[in-house]
Parts: sequence; structure tokens; C-alpha cells
Amino acid sequence: MRRKGVKAVPATMAGGGNNEEELSPDDEHIISASEEEDGSDDESKHAKLLEAISSLGKRKRMKRTERSEASVQVSEFSVNADGTGEKVNLSDLLGTMDKTPGAPNKTKQQLKNLQNRKETLELPLSKQQTEKIQREVAYDKSSKEVSRWETVITQNQKAEQLVFPLRQDPTGPKRMEQVVAGWKAKTPLEKEIFSLLHSNNQPIHDPLLTPAEEASIKAMSLEEAKIRQAEFRKARVLQSYYEAKARRERKIKSKKYHKLQKKAKVKAFLKQFDEMMKTDPAGALEELKKMELSRMQERMSLKHQNSGKWAKSKAIMAKYDDAARKAMQEQLEMNKQLTQKLVVPSDDDDDEERNVEEADALPDFVNDPEPILDSVNPWMRGKLTQEHSEPEVTAVATETAVETKDEGQNGQREDEEEEENEEEKLLREFERKRKLRQDEDDDLVPVPQEEKQVIPVDVAEAEEVAGENVIQISDDEDKEEEEEEVVVSEFNSLFNRLMKSSSVPPVPEQTGAEEAELLDEGLVRVRTMDDLEALQQDVVMDTTQPAPASATPAPSMETTSEPPKKKKKKKGIDPNEVLTKEAKVIKMPLAPTVVEEEEEEVHAEQTAIIKEAFAGDDVISDFLKDKRKQEKAGQAEVVDLTLPGWGEWGGVGLKPSKRKRRKFRLKAPAPPLRKDQNLPDVIISEKRNSSVANHQVSQLPFPFQNSTQFESCVRFPVGQTWNTQTTFRKLTAPKVVTKMGAIIEPMSKEDLPPVKESSGAGSGATIVLGEKVEEETKKARRRNPLQKKKKKSRQ
Amino acid sequence: MKVKVLCRNPDDYVRETTRDIQRVPRNYDPTIHPFEVSREYTRALNATKLERIFAKPFVASLDGHRDGINCLAKHAKTLSVVLSGACDGEVKIWNLSKRECMRTIQAHEGFVRGICSRFCGSSFFTVGDDKTVKQWNMEPPGRGLQEEPLNTILGKAVYTGIDHHQTEGTFATCGQTVDIWDEQRSSPIRSFSWGVDSFSCVRYNPVETELLASCASDRSIILYDMRESAPLKKIIMQLRSNTLCWNPMEAYNFTCSNEDYNLYTYDMRRLDVPVTVHMDHVSAVLDVDYSPTGKEFVSASFDKTIRIFPKNSGHSREVYHTKRMQHVICVKWSADNKYILSGSDEMNIRLWKANASEKLGLLTPREKAALNYNQKLRDKFQHHPQVRRIARHRHLPRDLFKQKRELREMKEARRRKAQNVRKHSKPGSVPLVTEKEKHVVSVVE
Repeated sequence: MRRKGVKAVPATMAGGGNNEEELSPDDEHIISASEEEDGSDDESKHAKLLEAISSLGKRKRMKRTERSEASVQVSEFSVNADGTGEKVNLSDLLGTMDKTPGAPNKTKQQLKNLQNRKETLELPLSKQQTEKIQREVAYDKSSKEVSRWETVITQNQKAEQLVFPLRQDPTGPKRMEQVVAGWKAKTPLEKEIFSLLHSNNQPIHDPLLTPAEEASIKAMSLEEAKIRQAEFRKARVLQSYYEAKARRERKIKSKKYHKLQKKAKVKAFLKQFDEMMKTDPAGALEELKKMELSRMQERMSLKHQNSGKWAKSKAIMAKYDDAARKAMQEQLEMNKQLTQKLVVPSDDDDDEERNVEEADALPDFVNDPEPILDSVNPWMRGKLTQEHSEPEVTAVATETAVETKDEGQNGQREDEEEEENEEEKLLREFERKRKLRQDEDDDLVPVPQEEKQVIPVDVAEAEEVAGENVIQISDDEDKEEEEEEVVVSEFNSLFNRLMKSSSVPPVPEQTGAEEAELLDEGLVRVRTMDDLEALQQDVVMDTTQPAPASATPAPSMETTSEPPKKKKKKKGIDPNEVLTKEAKVIKMPLAPTVVEEEEEEVHAEQTAIIKEAFAGDDVISDFLKDKRKQEKAGQAEVVDLTLPGWGEWGGVGLKPSKRKRRKFRLKAPAPPLRKDQNLPDVIISEKRNSSVANHQVSQLPFPFQNSTQFESCVRFPVGQTWNTQTTFRKLTAPKVVTKMGAIIEPMSKEDLPPVKESSGAGSGATIVLGEKVEEETKKARRRNPLQKKKKKSRQ
Repeated sequence: MKVKVLCRNPDDYVRETTRDIQRVPRNYDPTIHPFEVSREYTRALNATKLERIFAKPFVASLDGHRDGINCLAKHAKTLSVVLSGACDGEVKIWNLSKRECMRTIQAHEGFVRGICSRFCGSSFFTVGDDKTVKQWNMEPPGRGLQEEPLNTILGKAVYTGIDHHQTEGTFATCGQTVDIWDEQRSSPIRSFSWGVDSFSCVRYNPVETELLASCASDRSIILYDMRESAPLKKIIMQLRSNTLCWNPMEAYNFTCSNEDYNLYTYDMRRLDVPVTVHMDHVSAVLDVDYSPTGKEFVSASFDKTIRIFPKNSGHSREVYHTKRMQHVICVKWSADNKYILSGSDEMNIRLWKANASEKLGLLTPREKAALNYNQKLRDKFQHHPQVRRIARHRHLPRDLFKQKRELREMKEARRRKAQNVRKHSKPGSVPLVTEKEKHVVSVVE
């Protein structure tokens, strides 16, 4: 009976204001509120009664309310919202307050006070005014918000250069994980590689274990597997270490380091070889064969012929650079060593030809006088070609040599004697040839015959060698070759040392010949000068010098490199036939030398010529006249205003008085001193030039404060002519740089500097601070290892 | 015999590798290179001459519309796509690199009043005289399918302008009120009105993305905050502003194009006086757009010209016109800061270079260095009369030139009169009013 309760409360509070309320006699009977309202009508009461009686026997049911009368409040819950329109007054509530004993006196008092108050509240502001206030507040807020950008904007305005778009991905190296994570095979080549890797069961992403390894591990017991896995891991790690080490070493640019490394290798090899000689002669023989092969290859190739790019560059530098010269020489020596046969001096004609070629191609200082061993060959051919089983002979020779080295000098003397004999023969023959050559008139008949005999054999040999060479190259790798070369050259040098001890010592006059060469060059260069007399003198010197040099045949051959060539042609040897490859000719730029000799004479001549040319005009006097005229024009003139006969007697023969003349002659003030007063050979005109004025700035432009500022700004040149490349680039950097085809987005809130206010965006600020702290700690961490390293290095 | 040998260190001229640039020995001794100022001056003069010779700003014209072009919009994410709406309700989408129309849509009946691309570039919105707001897909429909808008919103009054939020799915329209819409709803989430019956333009601030500004027909410019229920502030100027544009790099600056031939740049925090008054046009300015770098803006005018102003300069640095170009109604600056697009009455969209003498395409480093040097020289000697004379010379059509002269005379006369009045009245009674102060009538809070 909640409904009743609800109704009852207002009734009691209102003091029983509603009398119409009637309850039906039967409690079970539910009567709707609307029906109760028209209770006064008797007829209706009667009808109701009848209805109630008729419905007694039936089931109870709720009756729907029907709206029969217009009323303001209609409850949707079919309840007559009676009294809802009426307001509940405070006094209504307070009426009960007095009666309730539980309420405290204090609140009662307060309520009474409230009731007694008669003042009214102020009227609320008009709509317009409230809106205005709202707008003002909102505007202040937004303008404050917008002002945050001020720093960024002023910064951008002051910036020397702005690069748009502002937010660009940081260029430079990325972290490994980033790169790897985002990488996928895209191009067909990559895909192919991937498919290959897949098909060969190679690990692709995380190279821990290949499938095969995993399978083998699976087949084992757990402990074994663990051990194996550890082994695998270790192996991998070691491999990676070695790889890293090799990579690092390969990257070392120091030539000295590599040289030392090579030397160490060679030494090790030599040691090994020595041991081999003792223990395994067959192996040693094979090694020797290898060396022989490499010798052949060297002869075939242009590797150390100073024909490559490097050699050319060095040749350019060689003029000025000792190191370059040395390097070239070293290379040539390497060539020599490699191409030298290990046996008794028995070089092919090839070498000789090549040497001659080199003499042409290379600067002379590079061509040291070679040991007789090499230079002698053409006249040795007859003997050399007889011996065809070269490798065996060399092997024997080396063995013998080593034996002699090890055991003592018992057998050596005999060998030496033999060799000496051979040498003597060679020398003799050599000298004979030279003499024959030097008288240019007659061609030698017997020599070409000899050579003709030799050539075909040699060519055939060369071809054979070439064939071998091809195979060899296909088999071996370059690196190994190089190493071998080094080893072989080392060996050859060893042998040479042995041989030299027995052979004829080098002729001391050769150094003198070298100097003569240098002088000779100088004289040649003089030819380019116009000074004929000097040249003639030098030529005389030239002719005198070769005479003593002719005593020693070798240097003279080298100094006059062209004539022998001619002779050879006459003899019928075509270098193209003999040489398997052509050595390139390097042309040397001549060092620009100027000989200033007899300067005075030249000067005198010059002055004479000038005098002759300008015989007619007297420039100096003209100039002086000009200057005097200018000076006069600049001087202030005296204006004479005396009028004869004014205040005096006038007439023929009468002059104005002295006093009057003094009075009426007006002297203008003296002009300022001329700037060229003390400069006898200069005229400085101080007139304003109107054509120049057109190009001058008449007013001080806006941003400048004074003229000196502006002038200094203009005076400072920007161009490349006056500035280095970097300064030029800096000075001419454009103010705004945009990237082609990139959309420039407007500034966004990420560009704002973080706010340091604690109240407004507290959380954001703290986060940023946290990041900063992290960054700093990271930086500190980064710094620390460096410091540690430094400490280590100090230790 | 005295032998003199000229010897040089190879380090000075020998390259270490062939990839290095050729070493050229240089001596920077100033005594060897005299007359630097005069030499550079000559170079600067030549540079300015060359710049003027190569100043050929017109790139292309896109024709295809059958009525005057009323509005232009850039694609938000693609440089080569431009949208245009014409007075016959047609919208065309252009490919700039091919210079051809990709798509034509009959979007509205009557004018297309406004067009804007969504921030992601996937769709665009148009408003027209038929009281509708339509959203269209940027992708063309499949073969054989009709061009259908994604959404259509029917309004009570004509919408005259539209702009999209920079990062969110809301947009603003203006007509009788300024309405903020959510893309998902068919009724505005907020509508502002402040005693005005029509607006001509509404623009979002691209930096502070919640702020808006609009130009109203009662000569006022009103600022709004999307988050507030009421507008922020209103300036009333002497004549009506047609459009306005916010500076994309400076959150509080915007420029409005006015009917009194001028443009005004305002700082939204100090609205009582414009920061700069930009004068040069000789007729009403109809549209304005900022360069994406925020350093310059371009304005389109009824006087058939386009002018480019530096943002803090009172006069234009460049004027573009062609014989056939009529009243320019809309103008846009491309997002890569290289081009300007203008749509005009005679149904053409024209593509201009933003920097008239710029060489298009890739430049070699040497070219770049030379251009930079020339630019630097021009800047350095810009105050010299000859350089300035050449650099500032522009050709104008005769009638424009006459109008300009006339305006100048009028202005001078007014100034003289004011001076005279001041001279002949009680000191202090006729205050000196600066040019900036003249144009703002009042600021309403």
C-alpha cells in the first residue's frame, strides 16, 4: 500500500487539505484515482456500487485509467499526479520541524533566521552580458594558448637557414634491429637468394643452428646434445671472431703493417722450406717448380713493369718525391727478382728487350745500372738456349747452393771458378759487341744471324709458358700468387746474393754515369730555351762527356737509349715478336727549369727595344704638363674688379692707383691641398664622376644604423675568388631550403617545446622530464666506456 | 749558371683518387684579387639581369571547366592532385603532372561554393548553392557506376564555405551561421552566430587546430574556438573581408583579403591594429593563400592579377598576369612551396611558378652553388639603384598601370588634405592616424 503512504504524507503535511479521499469498504477492491475524484455524484456512486457488486465473484484485475477530463498533470504510471503542480514551501516543511523533538536547536534557529530575512537576490545578468563575459574568458584562454608558439616562431624568424619540411626523418645510420626488422626480400635477386638459402637449409634470420645440425642434436642424448651444442656455439663464435679479425686486418691501411706482415710470412715460408729441404726433398722440388711457374707468369704479365695506373701516377710524382721514386724502383726490382732465373746468369733475350723498353719508358733515375747478370743476355743466347731442361737444373742449382751454404765452401770454389770463367767470357764478348756497335757505320752481319737462330725457339717457349700460365691462373687465386711471388723473389734475391759473391763486382763508374745522365737531361731541357749560346756550350759539353763513359759500355748504352734501338731494327729483331706483351711507354713531363743566364744582357736588349718602340713620344714631359695644367685649373683665380677712371682720372696711359687695385682685386680662398701634391708620378682627380654616381647608394638603407655598417657589409666579398670553398658555401647558404616533391606540413603541436608549468600539463611535463633523465643517463653511460678506454690507454 | 726551378708540391694538385674533385691551386691573397667590391657588383648586376631574363612564371593552363572557377582545393597527401569547383556545380579533379582532368563530377545545382579535402586525402567535401554538404570519395567509382556522394547533408540555408579540421573528423561550414560538424552526424555539433546573417569564409587554424576564423558580410572577422560555446572576438573593418588564411607556421597570425584593395595581417592576440597592411592591388582582393613555409602569401584579385607578398612587407614582390586571365577568384599555393594555382572567371586554372626565375627539375651541385651565389649577390647589392631598378621592374597592362597611378594620386591628395586640415586647425584636435589604424573600425568583445 505504498501508494496510500505517498498520498498520506502530503495530506498530513498540508493539514488534511484533501477531503475527497474515500476508501472503498472492501479492502480487496481497488479503485482508481480518477474514479475517486467524482465521488460526489450520487448516480455515479450508484453505478460504481453496482459494478463493484457485479465484479465480486470474478478475478481481480487492474483497471486502466481513462482520461475523461482535461487536467494539467497526467502521470504516465496511471496515477493521478495530484498536487504535483503545487510547490512545496519551506514553511510546510518547517511546520513539522517544530514538532519533531530530534532536530537540534541550532538548526531550528538558523531556519528561523532564514525565514525572517526579507532581502532578495540580485537579478541574473542579461544574456548578452553573460555571453560577453564568456567570450572574454574564452578569448583570453585561447590567446594564452596561442602565445606558447611565440618562442618557436621568433626562433624560426631569426634562423639563418630553415629547412622544410621541418620534421624530417633523421638521416644517418640506424640501429641494426630497426633495419633488420623492417627488411624483406623485394627484388627478384634477393628472392632468388632467399630461395637458395631455403633450399640449402641455411639459417636465414637467426643463425643459430642449421637444420642438419639440429637433426644431429636431436639424435643424441640430452647431455651429449648439450655438449655438442656448446661446441657448435663455440665454433661459430670462433669463426665470427676470425672473420672479424680478418676484416679488421684487411681494413688496415698502413702499408708498413702489410709489408711487415708479408715479410713475416716469407720468413716463415723460408724456414719451412729449409726444413723441407732436409726432410722432404721431393716437396721442396715441387715448391721450386711452383716458383718457376710464378717466374713464368711474371714474365708474361705486366704486373711489375711500371705500366699500371699506380705506376703512372708514381712516375708523375717521382720527379718530386723520393718515396715514389723508391717505390718504383722497388717494383722494378721485384720484377727483376721474379724474372731472374735461379741458375747461372742465363737470361732470355726477352728480358733484355724489356729492359731496353723500360729504359725508354721510365725516367732515367729509375733505371739503375743493372748488374751485368741481366744486361748481358743477348750475347748469351747461344749458350742458354742449349739448356732446355730448366726446372730440373734450377732445382739442382738451388740444392747445390743451399748445400754450399750449409756445409761450407768446399765445393763452392770449384763452382765459382767455373762461373768466373763463364763471366769472363761473357764480358769479353759483351765488350766486343759494344765496340762494334759504337762505330755506327757498319752493320754487323754475324749478330743478326745468331739472333735469327734464337728467336723462333724463344717464341715457342713463350707460347708454352703462356699456355701453362692460363691453366695456372685458372687454378690459383690472386692472393696466393702474390704471396708466391714474394717468396720467389725472396729466393731469387738469396740466390743472387750467393751469385754476386762469386760474380764480378759492379763497376764503380756507374754512379758517375748516372750523374752524367742527370746533367744530360738538364742540357736537353735547355734546348727548349731560346738562349742559343748557352745551348751550344752545353752541346760541346755533351760531346766531351761520352768519351770517358765509353770505356764502360753499359751506362753509355743506357744514356743514349735511341741509337741502340735503331741498330736493333737494323739487325732485324722486332721487339713485338720477342715480347709477349708490350710494356707501356710512360711519358714524363719535363720539370720546368729556367736558366737565367746573362740576365743583364737580356735586360739591356729589352730596354733597347722599348726605347726603339717609343722613340717619338716623350711621355714623361706630357704627363708633367698635364699635371701642371690640372693644378692650375684647380687653383683659385684672382678676380680683378678695378674700374679705371672710377673716382680718379682716367685716360690713356693712366693706371688705377695701387691702393685701389689692392682694394678691388679679390682673392678667392686657397683650395685645399691636392692629394697628389707629394706624388710626382700620379694625378688624382677629385671631381665627382656622375657615371659612377648612378651606381652608388644615395640613402642609407633601412636595416643599417650608419654608413660604416653598410659599407663594411658591402666590402666583405662573398665569391669563390676571395673565399675558400667552405666559407663560400656557408656565406651563400640559402635562407629557405625545401625538398623537391616533399609536402610541407603546417607546424604541429609536436614542434612545441615542452611546457615547464607544473599546474597546467603536469603529467605531460613529468613524462618528458623522465625521458630527459633517461637520455642523460644513457649519455653518461656512453661517456663512461670512453673514459675507461682513456684510462686504459694511459696505463 | 743560375738555375731556377719551379717546384710544386704534388699534394696541392694531385688527386688522391679519381673520385675527388680536381684540385685547383688557389691563392686567396687579397692583393692578387683586387677590386672585389666592384667585381662583385658587376656580378650582382648580371645576376639580377639574368634573373629577370629567366623570369617566366607561367607553367601551364588547365582548361575544361564550362563556367568560371569558384573554388580550389589541394589534395592533402598528394602534390599532383588538385580539386576545383565551378559556378555550374561541376567539380573536376586534376592531375598536375599530366596536366589533365582525371575526373568530373556534377556535384551541385548552382555554384560549388566551397571545396576541401579530408586531412587523410581519402575523400573531399563540397558545399553548393543547393543547400547541401556532400562528401565524395577521392577514388573514382568503378566502371559503369554513377558518381555518387558518400554522404549528403541537407541544410536549411545556403552554405558558402567549408574547411576541414587538420587531424580530426570534423569540419566547419559557414552560411547563415558557422557550423561545426562531425563527419558521422547529419546535424552540426555546434553552431555559432553573432548577430550576422551571412558569412563568406571559414578557416581552421592549421597549427592550433581548434581555432577558427570567419569573414562575415557585416565587415567583420570573427574568431572561434571549437571547444567553446560562444565565439571569441570580432573585428569590424571599414570594408568587407572576402577570405582569410592562417599562417601555417605562425599559430597566431592570419591574413585577410579585403574589398578595399588591401590585405591585412593580424595577430589574433592584438586585433585592434593589423600587423601589416599589404597594398598593391587596384581592385578588390578575392582570395589569399599562404605558402607552406609561412614566409609569403599569394593573393588573387578582381583586377585580373595575382600578387605575391612577403608576409611582413607592405608591398608585393611579384605580380603575375596574362592577357587572357580575367578576374581571379581563387588561388592556392602548392604544398611543396614551388607552384601557385589560380582559378579565374574565364574557366581556366593556371599553374605558376612561385619563384618566377627558378629553374625546374634537378640541379647539379654546381648549378645550385651558382644560383645560391647569385641570390646572395642580389641580396647584398639590392640597395644599389641600378640593381634595384632592374630587380623591381615589372610589366603591367596599360589599364592596370593607369589605375595604379590614379590610386596613387588619390592617396596623395587625401594625405595632402589631411595635412592641410591639421595645419589649419587647433593643434592636437586633428590627430595623426597611421595607415594601420585607419582600417579597423572597432573590436567587439
